[in-house]
This record gives sequence, structure tokens and C-alpha cells, in this order.
Amino acid sequence: MVNVQIDGTWMQFPKGTRMIEACRQAGVEVPHYCYHPKLTSPGNCRMCLVQMGMPPRLAPGQEPEKDEDGRTKIQWMPRPAIACANTVADGMGIRTGGELVDECRRGVMEFLLINHPLDCPICDQAGECRLQEFSVEHGNGVSRFVDNKVKKPKNVDIGPRIRLDDERCIMCSRCIRFCQEIPEDDVLGFTDRGSHTVLTTHPGKKLANDYSLNTVDICPVGALTSNDFRFQMRVWFLKETPSICTGCGRGCNTILGSREDEMYRITPRENDAVNSSWMCDHGRQEFQLLSNERRLTDPLVLGDQGHRLSSWSEAHQTAAAGLKLLGPEEIAIVASARMTNEELYMVRRLAAHLKTEWVDVVPRSQEGDDLLIAEDANPNSLGAKLVLGLENPGAKLADIKAGVEKGTIKAVLAFDENLIGAGFEEASLKKLAFLLNTHLLANPTADVAQVVYPSAGFAEKRGSMINVTGRLQRLNQAVQPPGQVMENWEVLRDLIQALTGSNGLYMIEDVFKLMAGEIAAFKGLSLTKIGDLGVALLETEEKVPLLEKERERVAKGLIVG
Amino acid sequence: MGDITYKAGREPHPREKRLIFRNVDREGWDTSIDCAMKDGGYEQAKKALTLEPKAITDEVKTSGLRGRGGAGFPTGVKWGFIPPTNTKPVYLICNADESEPGTFKDRYILHQDPHQLIEGMIISCYAVGAKLAYIYVREEFPEAAKILEKAIGEAHEKGFLGKDIQGSGFDLEIYVHRGAGAYICGEETGLIESLEGKRPYPRIKPPYFPAALGLYMSPTIVNNVETLCHVKHIMEMGGEEYAKLGTPRNTGTRILCVSGDVQQPGYYEVEVGKLTFGELVNDVCGGLKSGRKLKAVIPGGSSAKVLRADERFKIKKGDDEVEIGVEDIPMDFDTLMACGSMAGSGGVIVMDDSRSMTWVLNNINNFYAHESCGQCTPCREGSLWMKKITDRVVSGGGTPSDIDTLAGVAKNIDGRTICAFGEACSWPTSSFVAKFRDELVASTTEENAGKATTPEAAAQRRYLKAEPVA
Repeated sequence: MVNVQIDGTWMQFPKGTRMIEACRQAGVEVPHYCYHPKLTSPGNCRMCLVQMGMPPRLAPGQEPEKDEDGRTKIQWMPRPAIACANTVADGMGIRTGGELVDECRRGVMEFLLINHPLDCPICDQAGECRLQEFSVEHGNGVSRFVDNKVKKPKNVDIGPRIRLDDERCIMCSRCIRFCQEIPEDDVLGFTDRGSHTVLTTHPGKKLANDYSLNTVDICPVGALTSNDFRFQMRVWFLKETPSICTGCGRGCNTILGSREDEMYRITPRENDAVNSSWMCDHGRQEFQLLSNERRLTDPLVLGDQGHRLSSWSEAHQTAAAGLKLLGPEEIAIVASARMTNEELYMVRRLAAHLKTEWVDVVPRSQEGDDLLIAEDANPNSLGAKLVLGLENPGAKLADIKAGVEKGTIKAVLAFDENLIGAGFEEASLKKLAFLLNTHLLANPTADVAQVVYPSAGFAEKRGSMINVTGRLQRLNQAVQPPGQVMENWEVLRDLIQALTGSNGLYMIEDVFKLMAGEIAAFKGLSLTKIGDLGVALLETEEKVPLLEKERERVAKGLIVG
Repeated sequence: MGDITYKAGREPHPREKRLIFRNVDREGWDTSIDCAMKDGGYEQAKKALTLEPKAITDEVKTSGLRGRGGAGFPTGVKWGFIPPTNTKPVYLICNADESEPGTFKDRYILHQDPHQLIEGMIISCYAVGAKLAYIYVREEFPEAAKILEKAIGEAHEKGFLGKDIQGSGFDLEIYVHRGAGAYICGEETGLIESLEGKRPYPRIKPPYFPAALGLYMSPTIVNNVETLCHVKHIMEMGGEEYAKLGTPRNTGTRILCVSGDVQQPGYYEVEVGKLTFGELVNDVCGGLKSGRKLKAVIPGGSSAKVLRADERFKIKKGDDEVEIGVEDIPMDFDTLMACGSMAGSGGVIVMDDSRSMTWVLNNINNFYAHESCGQCTPCREGSLWMKKITDRVVSGGGTPSDIDTLAGVAKNIDGRTICAFGEACSWPTSSFVAKFRDELVASTTEENAGKATTPEAAAQRRYLKAEPVA
């Protein structure tokens, strides 16, 4: 540990701490553009200049001057130093304000703005733009610049999901470093020099890697904008809901951006046990399913004329009537590892009421990568194993399928799964005495189901999931579901009620409480206790490749982490 | 110099002391190794290889040699910065990216005496333990690159490069690397990045001090062409004897490149500090052009701060403080620094009273705006801004407040950038404004205040209700 004085207060920090991080820990935010703790520090924006001092070098025999606290007086350097790349040293002093530092910041702000187009009213970054923020805090208010601004390419198509405005670029190089260091896809770079420098892609290449949209997040200005989000919504109108991505088993932590029950974007939320500060491009597009034109919005009951809209109570009564005539061996439940623990727990209760052993989920795998994308495409496989007591998810599916074909299984309840997509034959499903399908979207299984329940999407409900590393994390509701759609656990509760007459669960917290009472792994936990960053619940062998790489880079001193 | 004859009309001035430029313009001299060896070439390299490397570094330290590239940092001390515990390969780079406006010395060494440089590099590489060295030649010296390639080939043939040089067990390869035409490649960490195949963005220091984390993150010594040549002469004379040349702390000889308004501009190798500026101009260079008066001088390449002809400076002479004028300044590192400028790369730009300082500053600003690499904010934006202002002032669109803005912009660059380019581009402006303020203001017009200076500005002004108050 070394002693460092920050703005007059002495504190201790581990050796090797960057000055900017020491200041942050001391509660002082040093403004910066190019610095990002997860990326290398080129020190190019010069916004984080602070005044630095060290104990004076003494001539032999010379006694150091002491201040009133008995500490060696700091000799302040006349030149400012960048706080992002320099590390603290014993006896060091840092001034994050004062005449020199204020002047430096004003100077850098003025420089950054002279060639920056003042198109804030139509810029998507407005409201979360560091140039705007620091202008307010450290800028001049008036410009001394009366000459022509440098003209550069605008609205440049640099990749399938991103547009570039070179005039807005402040050349912090965050996006370049991100592409080099995280997805290791070195496609971005600067060409030309001086004030005419432009950001561009390598000739013949595009910024198209699976993580490209992270560059939009870390761009401190509006140079890089997402094709999806640009011109859709002013960011200050967005409600930010912390949640998790359900695109695969990784469970990247996210912020859902919504306004008036409409989703506008998903951005990553830092969690150093899951996804660091990043997420893949696929996960960000998940929400578009919620407004898909095939979205189911009301319960449907199959009549002579095909499906017709019904009320929830009619749908439940129809389902209960369909099931009551059958014995436990004749009913199978195909649930989904995309469901939350709470929903799965309600499935478990339903299965207990129906006394059926035919309960399974549909496994789903994909090609993972060496960063965040997991091979398990289901977001809650471990939850399904734990809550439904499945040893090997998907193991019973073949038997259920055979039973349906043979006619020994007469009813199937398919929750959030399209059975036809999971290998069931349409013809054999048609032979069933009763088929219920809940789903987000219209699908071939729903087409032949007696009762169809609409599902709530991931942004429309609360609950918890367990990611591939065994971490229990929380899903939060950002928007209200459309039409008659209810949260799925409520639907399951009402179905159980229609079957048994039992009642008593009004809040999802109660579901979790019951679950924690029944399943040892959840003992002592509640939805509140999970918190925004989740808790490590199950031990697994699974490592997060991206985090492993990041740890190596931290160990080498390349990044702060 | 007695037995050497120089080409007619190219003879050195009697006040010169030619070590490095001994063979420049020499009658019968060519760039072949045979020519060099007949004249004692490579004898010092042979001698050096029999010594302990540390002994050579010590001689260089004793000699007091200071870098001739611009910063004037003691060469032996620089060599000593290689971490003693180092296990990585050590590289030596010869910085032949001579591009400071007003400087034209290294090119003559490269073009006329390449073996002197190679010999200096062999000695220096042996001293610092480098087995691989590069000569980074600026793009604008294509002929020099060819000459060096040929010379390196000859040195190989004669066993002065390659494996087991002269049976000493020391291996050394030297490669020529050509730049692509960027001033910033002369900055040592920018040069290293360029050599690594990247954009020459200078590195932040700390942590990337070349002597510890240089080329390929290994210890690297970057020395100027002239500096490396001096090492050969230090070997020949011994450090102590070499240190007798010049003045204390400013030892040896150095080549001054005089350009501008003198009768005989050119290169002059003189003992450091033995000559005042007045002597240089009036004696060595044949005086100013007839009927002209001295107006200003930039004593160390275009980035050095300008000195005004009538300025007075207080400098220490022994224990006393004396006041001197520009003509009395000895052309050494310390005095020029004490006078608020620098000896820099030795480019002395003399300006007489026919020169418009506004025009001169604009010319310099154009250069730096064109050469700023664009990596860090103050220099990238500031250098072009200063150019735009002086462009406007020169073309008659300036207002008096522009001159204040110029000074303000320069101040916001100085000391706040990644590399010394920040100082290089801001010092001309800050010194010109400080010393020739009246002249700069006189090239502006009060009426220009608030006027649209460009068609773009004019178009924007259509939307303003009233002309803004200046």
C-alpha cells in the first residue's frame, strides 16, 4: 500500500493503482474520454490531466520539509499529468482541481468542440454524451473559433448494424481498441492525420463482428450510432430497467431501455462475474420479438371454425376440462428452459397436481464463441434441472414423443415451446385428446392446440434464472405485455386453480418463497436478495472465456479491469 | 584538416572545426568502404571491440556528448537507462528522419560519409549490447537509403557487420528502414511505432520509455545520425580529450545549419559554444544581405522560440549575471536555453527586416498543422486552429483579438500533449506573439471583427438578427 494525497486528504491505495481509479475510490470523478477500465490506455484525449506532486528529491544530508501532519511536503509539478495511465506512488499528491487543472480541462473542451458539429438536437447521443456533460461542467460557454470546421464523411455505412459520423468523432480510439482487444477483429483504424484524421474500416472490410454494437455504447459521442436505435427515441425519455439477457445461457446483465410500454434498446450492464461491460449483438435484438407481428396477445380456444379469442377464465376452464378426464400417465408436460425459475416452479406444482412423471424441457445448443456466446442457447437450463428435478434435460422427450405417437400419451401441455420445431409430428399432435400451447408467437404447435395461452416476453415479467456458470440472476419487468397477456407464473397459477380450486399466491415473491422452502439450493434467498448483480448459486466447471482473457490482461497490467 | 583538400568553393570556414563533416565536400572522396578505410575508417570500431562495453559507455559519459537531434540529452546517460536486469534483446535505432525545418546536416553524412555512421553505430551497438540496429531514413532521402544499403553491404563483405565481427564474437546486423513522409516519425516513440509497422503515434511516457520499453517492448536506444558519428570520434580522441572541444557541459563540435537572410547560408561545423550568434552570422556566414538589418533568429530549428534582434538576455557567467544581446549569445545548449529558446537540431534561421513575421509564423503554422499526427487533442485541434487564424490574418481577414486567441491556443497546447510536438507547434506561436505582437496586430483590422470570414460563415450569418458585437 502507498500513501497518496488526493485533494488534500491522505489515503492508502495498493501499489499499481491508476491515479484515475484512486481518485474514483476517493470519490472524485476525473473527467475522461479515451480511458476505459476494460481497455488499454493510450492517454490521447488529455481530458484527465491532473496536477501531480511528489516528495522532493533531497540532497545528501538534507532534511525533508514536513507539513503540519508531519508528512513530507509535496513538490507540485508545473506540468499536468494524465491520471488514466499513471500509477500512484508513495508520497504522491494529486490535485483534481485548481487553476492549472481547470485551465487544462477548459482548453481540451474548447479543442474538442471547435471541429465538432453542434448538431445535438438531431444527435442520438444527446443526453448521454460525454461531450455535452463535460461541456456543462468544464466548458467555456462561448467559442473563440470563427473559422470553418473541418469537413469529414458523414452517415458512413461501416457495418450492418452501425453508422459512422466522422465529424462527430473525437478520436478517442475506444472503438478501435475495443475491436482489437475484445473480439480481436482489427477492422477499425484511423487514416489521414492531424485534425483531418478519420475513423474508417479496413478497405473491403466491415465492422460486422458479433460484438460490434459495444463500440456504440463506449463511443463517448455520437460518432457511432446503432442502425436500430438511431432516430427512434431521445435517450432521456427512456426508462432504464436493469435485467438480464435471455438470448443464451450466459445471462449477460443488461439495461432495458423502454418508454411507455415500448422497448427501444438493450445495452450491457457491467457485471464482472458474468459479462464484464459487454454483450453480443444478437442479445441486443431480442426485444424485437416482443413487437413481432405474429405476437399472441389473447388466449385462444379451438372451436369448429378454428381458433377464437377467449377470456382467460374460459381458456382455463377449457384446459381443465380437457385434462380432468385423463390419468397421470396420459398427460405430458413439455416446459422450456427459457422459462424463469418461478414459472418452472409453477410447472412443477402443476405436474404434482396432475401427478405426471412426463415432464421435460427442450434442450437447445448452438455454436458458442470464445467470449460470451454460450453453447447452451437456453437461458435457464440449470434452473430447469434444479426446479423440475431433471437430471438430463431433454432425456424424456423421445419417450414423450413415442407416447404421443402410440397414443398412450393423450394430452400435452407445451409451455413456451413449439413442439413441431422440437421434433414432434403435426399429425400425431392432431391425434391428441388435448393440446395446450403457451407461446410468445403464433407457431405450428399453437395452430393445432385446443387452447393457446399468450406468453409474456422477457422484458414483460419478473423472475429469476440460473446462467451456465450457476449464477442466479434476476429478470425485471420493463414494459407491460400487450392485450390480455399476463405474467406466465400467474397464468400457471390460474390454470392450477381451475384444476384444483387451490389458491393463495398473489405475488411472485411468494412463489420464490415457496420454491426456496422446497428446493434446498434456494434456501435463505429471495428475489430481493438476488440483487442486481445476482448471486453465485451452483458450482459448475463452466468458465467465461471473455473474463479469463480479461484477467490475463489485468495481470499483465494492460488494463485496470 | 591540413592534408585534406576540399572541392573548390566548398572549403570550410577557418573558424570551423570539422570532425563529423571532415569528409563532406572533400576532394577525391566517395562513399565506398575502400575510400573510408584508406582514411582510417573502421579502425575505431576494431579498437572498440577489444574493450569492455561499459568502458565505451564511460568514455561517452566522460565526453559529455549531448544528443544532436534536438533535446540535447546526454548520450551516455541515455545509454545507462537500459535496465541492468534486462533479459530482452536490446535494439539501437539511428534516427535519420531529419525533418525539422531549417535543419540539413544529417543528409550530408548519409549522402557523403555513410561509413562514418556505420562505424559509430557498430561502436554504440557494442556498448549498449544491441545485436540488431535500424537506420530509420526519412522518405525524402531515397538516395541516402540506397547509399546506406550499399555501404552496409560493403561493411558486411569486410567483416564489420554480421556474425563474429573481426573475430570479436560480437554479432551485429543493421537494417535500413524508410519512412513514409511524416515529421512525427522523428519523435523516438513515434519512430518505434512506425518501425513496428503501425501509425507513428507517439507513446505515453511513462510507461513507454524506449530504454526500457521500446521497439517490440524491448530496451531501445534511439540516437540521431550526428550523435552516433560523434561516438566514433570519442573513441578516437578519448572522452576526456573530446570534452576539451567546445565549452564545459556543451562539449564537442556540432553542425549549425544556417538558412535565411545571410550572405552565405550553409552548414558549418563548429565547437559548441565557441562562437557567438553574431560571429556566426557576420564572420562565418559573411554577414547579412547588404543594406539589411537583423530582425529575428530562430536558433534551433523551426520549433525553437524566436529571438528578437533587439532583445536583451540575462545569463550567468561564472557567478556573475551579465546582460547580453542576441549577437553575443554563444551557440550552445545551455545559453540558448537560458535565453528562452533552444539549440535544438542546429537549424539557425536568420531573418532580416525584409521579413513579415506574420508571414513567417503562418508558414511555420502551416507546417505543424500538416504534420500533427492527430493522436492527442490539444495538438491535433490546436495546430490547425493556429494555422487557420494566421492564414486569415495573412490574407487580410484578421482582427486584433485573433492575436490574443493565437496566444491562448498555444498556451493550451504547451505541456499538455503526449509528445514534444505540442511544444514544437506552440512555441513558435507563443514566442512570435510575445515578441512581435505589435507587428502581428498591425496585420489585422479592427473592422474585420464580427465580419463573416468565409462563405460558410456568411451563409450562417444570414440567420443572425444582428451582427454580433466584437
